[in-house]
Amino acid sequence: MTDTGMLRFHVPEPEVRPGGAPDFSNVPIPRAGSVPRPEIDVDPREIRDLAFSIIRVLNRAGEAVGPWAGLLSDEELLEGLRHMMTLRAFDARMQMAQRQGKTSFYMQHLGEEAVSCAFRKALAPGDMNFPTYRQAGLLIAGGYPMVTMMNQIYSNEADPLKGRQLPIMYSSKEHGFFSISGNLATQYIQAVGWAMASAISSDSRIAAAWIGDGSTAESDFHAALVFASTYKAPVVLNVVNNQWAISTFQGIARGGSGTFAARGLGFGIPALRVDGNDYLAVHAVAKWAIERARRNLGPTLIEHVTYRAGAHSTSDDPSAYRPKAESDAWPLGDPVIRLKNHLIRLGVWSEERHAQAEAEILDTVIAAQKQAEEHGTLHSGNKPSTRDMFEGVYEQMPPHLRRQRQQAGV
Amino acid sequence: MARKTMIEAIRDAMDVSMGRDERVIVFGEDVGFFGGVFRCTAGLQAKYGKSRCFDAPINESGIVGAAIGMAAYGLRPCVEVQFADYVYPGYDQIVSEAARLRYRSNGDFTCPIVVRMPSGGGIFGGQTHSQSPEALFTHVSGLKVVVPSNPRDAKGLLIAAIEDPDPVIFFEPKRLYNGPFDGHHERPVTPWSKHELGEVPDGHYSVPLGKAAIRREGSDVTVLAYGTMVYVAEAAAAETGIDAEIIDLRTLLPLDLDAIVASVSKTGRCVVVHEATQTSGFGAELATLVQENCFYHLETPIARVAGWDTPYPHAQEWDYFPGPARVGRALIETMEA
Repeated sequence: MTDTGMLRFHVPEPEVRPGGAPDFSNVPIPRAGSVPRPEIDVDPREIRDLAFSIIRVLNRAGEAVGPWAGLLSDEELLEGLRHMMTLRAFDARMQMAQRQGKTSFYMQHLGEEAVSCAFRKALAPGDMNFPTYRQAGLLIAGGYPMVTMMNQIYSNEADPLKGRQLPIMYSSKEHGFFSISGNLATQYIQAVGWAMASAISSDSRIAAAWIGDGSTAESDFHAALVFASTYKAPVVLNVVNNQWAISTFQGIARGGSGTFAARGLGFGIPALRVDGNDYLAVHAVAKWAIERARRNLGPTLIEHVTYRAGAHSTSDDPSAYRPKAESDAWPLGDPVIRLKNHLIRLGVWSEERHAQAEAEILDTVIAAQKQAEEHGTLHSGNKPSTRDMFEGVYEQMPPHLRRQRQQAGV
Repeated sequence: MARKTMIEAIRDAMDVSMGRDERVIVFGEDVGFFGGVFRCTAGLQAKYGKSRCFDAPINESGIVGAAIGMAAYGLRPCVEVQFADYVYPGYDQIVSEAARLRYRSNGDFTCPIVVRMPSGGGIFGGQTHSQSPEALFTHVSGLKVVVPSNPRDAKGLLIAAIEDPDPVIFFEPKRLYNGPFDGHHERPVTPWSKHELGEVPDGHYSVPLGKAAIRREGSDVTVLAYGTMVYVAEAAAAETGIDAEIIDLRTLLPLDLDAIVASVSKTGRCVVVHEATQTSGFGAELATLVQENCFYHLETPIARVAGWDTPYPHAQEWDYFPGPARVGRALIETMEA
């Protein structure tokens, strides 16, 4: 028998830890415009390489280049910039509100604004997202009122969810935003089920599933891919790879496979990687995948390659597990700055107008915040009643809950 | 009206529901072309097409999770988990998602699904085909939990479950599929064709969720039972000569507390029986409720007969299964205490 030595246990490690110099040299970044745009009805087997590349439109000079460019008008791009800036300002104010004790918890999108804002604009009315906690851009870009979002965050008397759910776990069927669970990955297979139902009903609406890089390790991710593949469900399977699952680097969930997108290939699902910090690229790839779904061509998996520039949540401190300057070193830059530079390059925007817009947006967010705070915050002012706590567990309150409500004295 | 097995009655309930409401769809492992390992969905795919009755991959969280998404869309999925013993991969989807969707979204999204699964022992199924995990679901706010004991109820309860606006966990005591079973495994099987509760009305009818049935009126002691144990209790009463009032709970959540209180207040004695393991079993909840509501009527302590707190064994099936001898001893002790 050959002497193979002792077995060794392998635990992957990120390239750099706190104190080290950030290094993304192992992340190959293709040139903007270099990845071809396949026909919508392409055989998935012919585009397997797209699971290992990165589709990019905006180059370093701020130009939109290549086959995925040219889908959005100047007005649409300006609107997209405004959505991302609004989300960023909203996050900053709510992050601060949490620090001021006005709510218990918050999660911001810093660096990832393009993913949900751009994706939302590729959807049609009636389509349904099954989001995670970091896709509020779907609401902002869909025109959902910021005041209502804040009422939910504050769990105040005007909270549409009656104080039952953690901050930012929004729900709006009307705006195509499925109730956020807070559990990870469960929504992924539900999105596939929704899409199957749409096909069963001969409808034209499609679903979009959302998950983070870390949660792709959950069994429900596998369940979703099996079902989506088997039934050719009209669903777009989004993986937002922001490099970090709280303190755990993406290599722990990814294991030995090259990319998260590559997970789709074994299921026969076409898989594309996109520059998640490029508003135009996210929108173009979303549009492609959504059209495939709507044309009965089945599911598409999109890996949005981005970077979580902020903490996981208000309960997290990233300086404990990654270099402080890592986000500055992220090679795909900042989505707001990149779109701003593109619009300046197009001659429809300027630094002055950008600064002015920033101030205007901040005013709008502050005005919404004042309006929301008139309805109370978590620990002050009016809040949903104790009676509300007992309502809505079932459509009809069963006798045992009625008795408990009486015991509670409400 | 025809005599039917519980399998035929369950199939009839899905057939009637699918015929009346095109939002009702049925899927699960082996349920499509083949019609289910217990044949509960036989013929449904041929009758309603592959869009409404189809085979699913072996993935219970996928089956339940997809059903939740379909319900959020507006369909009314009635899914089969092949054995209750296999539901656990889908447990997170049931507990964290189906049960809470209405509450956490304040009714923005709802989850009218039915998860059917064969449960209970008596078929030499060992630990992976014999479990009675109902208490794992009665502990979850937002669910309804149903355990029929005969074909007539099974059809009416399943139709009610499919029409219910909230998620329903529907246990089918598999030892009752083909006939009532009183625990006397050495005797020949009695078919449902020889039992009056095998009479199943044609067409649409429902048995309301949350209403118990009195299977045997009596004045000595109240027996609270459901599923297979209803027949075991009947045999125990007959064999001991004790005039037991046997209540078939039919629905565990919501529970018909009024029927329980009325009976125990009359008899002054109570025996709680179930197949499931004893510790933290549903019997603990029943005994507590009887104590809270009927304490001053009780003449003797409440007794409990349940499966032993071991995994469900194979060779020792009849040492494990709480048969008429154990229930009979509990009845006698309760009368003599």
